Amino acid sequence: MRGLPLAAWAYVCGVVALAAGLIATSSFAELDWSKLAVLALLFLVCDSAPARLNIARARVSLSFAASLASVVLLGPVGAALLGLVAVVTGQRFFAPVKRIFNGAQFALSGFIAGTVFDLLGGARFHPEQARWVENVIGPFLGALVTFVLVNLTLMGGVLLLSRQTTPREWLHESGQLAVGCLGYGMVGLLIAGLWPRVGPFAAVLVLLPLFIARWAMDQAYAQQQAHAATLAALCQAVETKDFYTRGHSERVSRGSVMIAQEIGMRADRVEAIRYAGMLHDVGKLGVPTKVLQKSGALTEEEFAAIQLHPMRGLEIVREIGFLDEALAGIMHHHEKMNGRGYPMGLAGDEIPEFARVISVADAFDSMTSTRSYRAARSIEEAVAELRRGMGDHFDPEMVEAFLRALDREGWEPPRPVVLPDDAVAETTQQDHDDPSRPLRVTGGDEVRHQ
Amino acid sequence: MTTSRIPARERAAWQTIDSGQLLLIATAGLFVVVAVTQVAAVGLHQPNVAIIFGVLIALGELFRMVMPGNREVAPIASAGAMGYALLVGVGPEGAPPDAPLGVVPAEHSALQVVAVTAVGMLVGSLPHIAVGRTPRPDAMARRLFTVAVIALCFRPVLGLDLAWYLLLAVMGVVVIGSCFTDVLIAAMIRAETVRARFGIALRDEISAKMALCAATSATAMLIAVATTAMGEAALLIFTVPILVTQFAFRRYAGIRATYLETVRALSRVTEVGGYVEAGHSRRVARLAVAMGRELGMTEEELLELEYAALMHDIGQLSLGDPIPGGATVLASPAEQRRIAELGAEVIKQTGVLDRVAHIVQLSSHPYRAGREPVGDSGERPIPPPLAGRIIKVANAYDDLVGDSADRDRGAAVLERLRLDSAAEYDPAVVEALSRVLDRRPRP
Repeated sequence: MRGLPLAAWAYVCGVVALAAGLIATSSFAELDWSKLAVLALLFLVCDSAPARLNIARARVSLSFAASLASVVLLGPVGAALLGLVAVVTGQRFFAPVKRIFNGAQFALSGFIAGTVFDLLGGARFHPEQARWVENVIGPFLGALVTFVLVNLTLMGGVLLLSRQTTPREWLHESGQLAVGCLGYGMVGLLIAGLWPRVGPFAAVLVLLPLFIARWAMDQAYAQQQAHAATLAALCQAVETKDFYTRGHSERVSRGSVMIAQEIGMRADRVEAIRYAGMLHDVGKLGVPTKVLQKSGALTEEEFAAIQLHPMRGLEIVREIGFLDEALAGIMHHHEKMNGRGYPMGLAGDEIPEFARVISVADAFDSMTSTRSYRAARSIEEAVAELRRGMGDHFDPEMVEAFLRALDREGWEPPRPVVLPDDAVAETTQQDHDDPSRPLRVTGGDEVRHQ
Repeated sequence: MTTSRIPARERAAWQTIDSGQLLLIATAGLFVVVAVTQVAAVGLHQPNVAIIFGVLIALGELFRMVMPGNREVAPIASAGAMGYALLVGVGPEGAPPDAPLGVVPAEHSALQVVAVTAVGMLVGSLPHIAVGRTPRPDAMARRLFTVAVIALCFRPVLGLDLAWYLLLAVMGVVVIGSCFTDVLIAAMIRAETVRARFGIALRDEISAKMALCAATSATAMLIAVATTAMGEAALLIFTVPILVTQFAFRRYAGIRATYLETVRALSRVTEVGGYVEAGHSRRVARLAVAMGRELGMTEEELLELEYAALMHDIGQLSLGDPIPGGATVLASPAEQRRIAELGAEVIKQTGVLDRVAHIVQLSSHPYRAGREPVGDSGERPIPPPLAGRIIKVANAYDDLVGDSADRDRGAAVLERLRLDSAAEYDPAVVEALSRVLDRRPRP
């Protein structure tokens, strides 16, 4: 936090001063200190084990539940005091200034939410009265939304002022965060409702399932990572045979994701295309090694063997249920817009969107990689080749999207291949992905270009 | 895990029911008949509460899910039914001033709990049947039985007019007891269906279900206490924790299944590449898991064994050309070892399957890799891990028998493996293979 801009420092000091002022001027006469102490303990326990979301730097913790419970049980002043506990949170790697700011913003959020709850009339009802849930749910929702909004706004303020995020990014992320915060905040009502009957035991009953759910989510996350790693390793194994194509699937996967994000695909489809890109060439294993190693023109049969590889790939991955739309991408990634591709000869919009995306990334990586018959081409040359193929071979929309993403994010081409000297090294002479040097097929007398 | 499903594909669901399951289903059925008759005779107490809980149970059954290891669970339905069994009162509204705890007491009997649960489960199962998914009577019977145990233990306690804290303590004890009943019954059934030892099945059940059981029980108590204190409206929002739990576990189960599916599918790359015979990896995996179970491996070990068996030939991808016939058993020991090393290298790349890589690496080693002491220290080399020895035997058997269903050929190969055992193969593992083969249905 040392390199904070002046504006951010001023902002942080302002928030802290405001919180300190509010608390200093409040009266603590009616506060139930023992209840506050128990809730504070609960807050600490929850805050020290925050849940992982799919956003790397932000975490939502169950401490929201404790805060919202305190809004109902203790009122604005109690909620503000409880927020201060965030200063001594058990989360690691928190610089002192972050801790203080965090405490201040929780205190402010709690105070404002508590005030809203009182204004909406929530404080008039008591959990032991009849119809408490029905009466209190409205004011509680008001307080909950206020709490989350104030919290996210204060947080966003410091991130924006210290230039750690852009407004667009923040809006996108806080949208996802808000769902988690609202859900956990809702739990506060459950704790508050049961408190008069069973005391802190209410928290145990409510939070135990949630902690177990969190544990299961962590397990799921670990499995997901393991799954992705395994998939990548197996794809790599398929490539090891050929020195020149190592890392090809990884890079095609990256390129496809760049295009998919650029054309605004939904997150789950982007995920699917990541796998499709990785697996697009697995069927190449079914092509006999001698065909790939042959230099010079191929016979019709040999060319047919190469043309079959998308189908062989599909055969392997067909049973992987989650791939779903990605299967079409794998099968058709060698179709051309003019209908002269393979295996089905689809044209234009008949070609599945995934296939049109992968096709561009595939060709680009092939051109920017070293091949046995030529050195790697420069990015400019490859871009020119893609432009030449627009409309005929590639979908112009996808090429444009790729070029935009390329401008923004750049591309790291593979390092030049250095072949080891022993005879084990296998290289191929044929690259079916390279649009700048189509496979040559001998058909009768003349040499046909495919 | 996989082996238990194989016979089910060939026979109708009711034919796979073992005697233990039958006993359980019959007991649960008897409970239901008695409960429904009794309720029909005396009428439903507090019908609106019964209906709300019935709907919750039906919804929970609708959203039941399958956990790893083919275990069917319905956390929402279980929590709802258990909550109904533990219900003390139905809220403060309209309660007489002198009522215990200040709420209207819940009047339903244990038998009404069983009846409502059974009807809810049945209604929730109808959509499943409508789309052609056969219900699992043993899993449903087990859930019903657990609820019945809670109801029969807890409902009589209500007559004692205990204070809140005592009631909570009794609830806790009953709920924990029911968790153990559930796990015990599940382990008994599992031991019978997959032919595992009871102790191992119990351990598997506990590690697979304890977390979910705890979450379900806590929510059941939450539902009971909340509905008692605040009336039926509370029921709706107090099911939130179990909804979150169900979501999390469903996701976990989904990813686990996907993972296995992916490894199974990608293990076929060696077949498509012409390195091994079609279906080799899967047959080896199936055989290996059956043998591992026979030899008393736990579920976690079986999963690793299955992964290792599926990927044991992946090292061949690094070979230039397939070895003739793809049968590694016919390759020279040095070559076998190299394939295993290369395969382990690939698997290590994942960064998460180190133990699987270790199994694959050692699966090519002979059982007694020179029992004579090595070096000066007099240390004997450690034999490969059990999983590696199993894969070695399963691989050799499948390489020599292949897809053929000819029993004479199988018997001859088994004899050959027996002759080689002690030096090349672990005799205990070969015997396990023989028992597994004996049990296979005759074509």
